[in-house]
Amino acid sequence: MTTLWVGIAVMALGCFALKYAGLSVPESVLRHPLTLRAVELIPAGLLGALIAVQAFGAGSSIHVDARLLALGVAAVLLALRVPFLPVVVVAAVVAALVRQL
Amino acid sequence: MRTDRGIIVDSLGVGIATGTYGVSFGAISTASGLSVLQTCIISLLVFTGASQFAFVGIIASAGNPLTGALTAVLLGSRNLFYGVSLAPKLELDAPGRLASAHFVIDESTAMGVTRTSRRQARLGFYWTGISIFVLWNLMTFVGALAGEAIGDPRTYGLDAAVGAAFLGLLWPRLASWQGRVVAMTGAAVALGLVPFTSAGLPIILGGGTAVLLGLLWKPREPREPA
Repeated sequence: MTTLWVGIAVMALGCFALKYAGLSVPESVLRHPLTLRAVELIPAGLLGALIAVQAFGAGSSIHVDARLLALGVAAVLLALRVPFLPVVVVAAVVAALVRQL
Repeated sequence: MRTDRGIIVDSLGVGIATGTYGVSFGAISTASGLSVLQTCIISLLVFTGASQFAFVGIIASAGNPLTGALTAVLLGSRNLFYGVSLAPKLELDAPGRLASAHFVIDESTAMGVTRTSRRQARLGFYWTGISIFVLWNLMTFVGALAGEAIGDPRTYGLDAAVGAAFLGLLWPRLASWQGRVVAMTGAAVALGLVPFTSAGLPIILGGGTAVLLGLLWKPREPREPA
């Protein structure tokens, strides 16, 4: 439980520091082309990894179950430009229903 | 040019639409085993959606909280660049920057940086940022109570909701082929590592590998950050 609080504190401090630094640091310091490209790619790489582990991971093994179907439904809805919250809710409902079968 | 009133109305619209997502964060967080207090503290003090979802997702998969925090901070790195593009528009002094930094997120940046005057940039930034902050935290609390009542995240498919939330956050970045390749690489490397590493690490290693490959692969002219 304590480690969890430490994790929360580290995350809160780190995230605030980034926001504050952005407003304060002279623009030229962060203008390096490599930095700019890295910042564009980081969310895509991390979110891709998060989705994969969330959809297939079960401890240290990989499982295919209702989560994958829910993710597929979410992708279709996003492609149809359905807003964030309905997408999340429908994905949850799909997974819950499939598990009832 | 938009009127002041028009900017405030637009900002509140974005604020209401975005702040409501807080309910999904709250529910997922407590259903993943965090307490209502921890959930609310995260929304209050971290206040950047993708990072919060990532942290809770890693805790849910029994990952180390520090691995979760590292992933969250990496995801928050884009706020650094939002700040850089906002700074010349908002023209804040040191206390102003300290007081405003917390509200630097995707939506407040989008509603602030496009304005032509300092006054309107500030209107868009603060009305969006603060309305999201208020609603995000209220809805987090509501969701947290609901998630606690639900208990097991599998019951109502909340575990699947986390993946859908991540996909929703990733979606705009899949518009470019580079974003698609990096996301797929991150996913593939992370899955490959799941059997061999402790929970949470596949995400950092997978995401990190994907970004490195993306950087090495095809250098192009940099674009302005959003």
